[in-house]
Amino acid sequence: MGDLPALELRNISKTYGAVAANRDVSLTVARQSIHALVGENGAGKSTLMKIAYGHVRPDAGEIWIKGQRLARHSVSQSIARGVGMVHQHFMLVGTLTVVENVVLGQEPRRRGLLDLGRAAAEIRALSQKFGLDVDPEARIEDLSVGQQQRVEIVKVLWRGCDVVILDEPTAVLTPSEVRDLFAVLRGLVEGGMTIVLITHKLDEVLAIANRVTVMRRGERVAEYEADGLTAEQIIHAMVGRPVQQHLDKQPAKPGEPMLEIRALHVTGARGTQAVRGVDLEVRAGEILGIAGVEGNGQTELVEAIVGLRAVDRGSVAIRGTAVTGVPVAQRYAAGLAHVPEDRHDRALVLDYSIQDNLILGQQRDFVGTLDVLDRGRVRQHADRLIAEFDIRPPVPTQVVQGMSGGNQQKLVVARELSRRGLAVLICAQPTRGVDIGAIEAIHRRMIEARDRGLAVLLLSAELSELRALSDRLAVLYKGQIVATLDRDQLAADDALDTIGAMMTGCWPPAGAGTAEAGPS
Amino acid sequence: MRREALTIGIALVVAALVGSLLIAYVGKSPLEVYGLLLRSTWGTSYGFGQVLFKSTPLILTGLSVAVAFKVGLFNIGAEGQLAAGSFVTALCGAALPAALPGPIAVAVCVIAGMLAGAALAGLAGVLKTRYGAHEVINTIMLNFIASSVILWAGNARFFVKYTTHTQAISDNATLHHLGFTGSAANTSLLLALALAGGVAYFFNRTRRGFEWRAVGHNPRAAQNAGVRIGGVVIGAMAMSGALSGAVGANYVLGYKSYYESGIGSGVGVMGIAVALLGRNHPAGIVAAALLLGTLSHGGLAVAEQVPKEIVQILQAIIILAVACASAYRARRARSAGAPA
Repeated sequence: MGDLPALELRNISKTYGAVAANRDVSLTVARQSIHALVGENGAGKSTLMKIAYGHVRPDAGEIWIKGQRLARHSVSQSIARGVGMVHQHFMLVGTLTVVENVVLGQEPRRRGLLDLGRAAAEIRALSQKFGLDVDPEARIEDLSVGQQQRVEIVKVLWRGCDVVILDEPTAVLTPSEVRDLFAVLRGLVEGGMTIVLITHKLDEVLAIANRVTVMRRGERVAEYEADGLTAEQIIHAMVGRPVQQHLDKQPAKPGEPMLEIRALHVTGARGTQAVRGVDLEVRAGEILGIAGVEGNGQTELVEAIVGLRAVDRGSVAIRGTAVTGVPVAQRYAAGLAHVPEDRHDRALVLDYSIQDNLILGQQRDFVGTLDVLDRGRVRQHADRLIAEFDIRPPVPTQVVQGMSGGNQQKLVVARELSRRGLAVLICAQPTRGVDIGAIEAIHRRMIEARDRGLAVLLLSAELSELRALSDRLAVLYKGQIVATLDRDQLAADDALDTIGAMMTGCWPPAGAGTAEAGPS
Repeated sequence: MRREALTIGIALVVAALVGSLLIAYVGKSPLEVYGLLLRSTWGTSYGFGQVLFKSTPLILTGLSVAVAFKVGLFNIGAEGQLAAGSFVTALCGAALPAALPGPIAVAVCVIAGMLAGAALAGLAGVLKTRYGAHEVINTIMLNFIASSVILWAGNARFFVKYTTHTQAISDNATLHHLGFTGSAANTSLLLALALAGGVAYFFNRTRRGFEWRAVGHNPRAAQNAGVRIGGVVIGAMAMSGALSGAVGANYVLGYKSYYESGIGSGVGVMGIAVALLGRNHPAGIVAAALLLGTLSHGGLAVAEQVPKEIVQILQAIIILAVACASAYRARRARSAGAPA
């Protein structure tokens, strides 16, 4: 029994329409190990794990959990056999407490009444055993993202699972939260658990995994022991070719200010002060990065610049023209381009074709007589951008819905850079959920845009991305810019830790004086 | 597209089978009843004309609901909008000088009716954009207001004494009949078909149609693309109302020659079913309107054989079958899903 693998997938295949998400994939996860599943977006990692979790039914193949074949595919079956999953987007009810969230769907009862006390005690015990530091009585919305993630882990453990699948768990965490999470994961393994980690961050894989399986285009292409493995090896297997990891980037030659933000105050969706007096200036030919934990005003800041959200106080100017209070379309006309943080939410109409999405926001430039769209020109525009940006599939009439994240994002970037009379490019999370090949392409485009004289504002949750691209970096914390770092400060060895500390409000370190908000 | 047609076809067969059970239960032969239903509608010139006559307003209200749907709005108020449109059309027709050339008189009456419908639905749109009140509530309440105002104004001023109908329109505003052995089918059918074509052209070809559809699919992306959502909501509601308002052309200008209290009632609600059956597609809506028009007239013909409620039940079963079939197909498509 002890030698049986915790989870074994045999010859799993799954197709969606014409796309093979998994092709004859086999995977063996040893007990008490951390097994990393890596691959580009759309490589089939998540599908494979959703199959293991019972959420998706495979077309062919078998699932064995601890030596027993899973006869029926359902989430409850998988959980009953001990396989649980922590999703990338947490499934928590913000207004409920931890214990209420944990028991939701499987409420313990005593004489017909909800027995939260027992569950709370159990959660406390689990929390202590694995060093999770979760308070059962806390309200979810009061917890940090990292804490919420641990609640998700508790949820899985409380249901008796000993195989925990985590889907891109570090995507939303700060560097120190990532370290905490890894400590928790190691503790879980020591305590007898088995971890499957879906990720595309290779440094993390190398830091924590025992074994690494690489997927590409639905197939398992390589598997390694983590000992002695290098990032280059993994990347090569993921992409199928060597990838240039370092960006060619000359020092910036900043020109005139193109985007000027003065004393901006913006109310957020929940009626809170999301942006509280931000001053920013982005000059032609530079990339200004904005770092910050999600929810510190980034979204509202961008929406205020684009005109999607009203400004309480302060001003926004594009190329010297005040645009505060001006409709969205006029701001684009003034020279703005915008890659929204969530392409499905703001950037794309998923039911539209590639060519229609490529003119979205510029539709007025493509009309012939009587306000009728000039289909010929729309088509030409699409053909040109598809070729130039290598958007796949290269079919203008293809509906965007089923395309990979990387190609969808390339489409958005292509469209925004195709605007006429550009001065300012805002990129919010431009490479989120995008594969390595596309990340490389998008980064190159952003630097090209800078070099041809655009002012680029980059908001990202990936510190490494910010550090690689930014000429200057501002840190946003609770709606305020708490520090601005120049190029030299960014290059410092401890820069990431410093920025991480600033992002969480832990800067300056206690006792280091209060006058300065950090290196400025 | 073809899969959709297949889904609907299967749903229709299932509905017909369920209907057979009902007919058999009341002791009649389903084949005989269905045969009579078909013969009395598509089998005779008069019957076919009546099908066209009954389908015409259904095309218009179906389009009306579909236009709102396409922009992500639910116009429940076709009933009130067609009443307002018919009333205004009738008043206009009665007030026009008899010397006015026919085409102009007709155009004025129809446009006036459409404007009335547009104003009523547009108001629901304004209430939504300005104050955030949901259009379903707005249009339902405006239905009550419209029907009451018409009755009140009619009784106070416009209805012929001791009746609930207005004065007859002048002859020049009357629409020609299409023939079909004395059936009520009239040239407003051509208007409805032209409007169906116009709606299709608008949505598929024009810049505005492109923007409106984008709002229907993803309003947040449309807003980011510089589309002013509020304007689109008001515009789409107005267009939707205008289409319902055109129903007066059929009943007033093409049939009764006056507005009568309760005229066209039920047609607005059926418009929702027509839009559903026709998948919000103009060609599909014309087909769905013909189907429901056939049942509507055929129901009268088979009333000697089976209780007329049976046909109404059959109609409802068809709509339910199609609703279930398309929802089921959508769910299947989702669970088969796009790759994550």
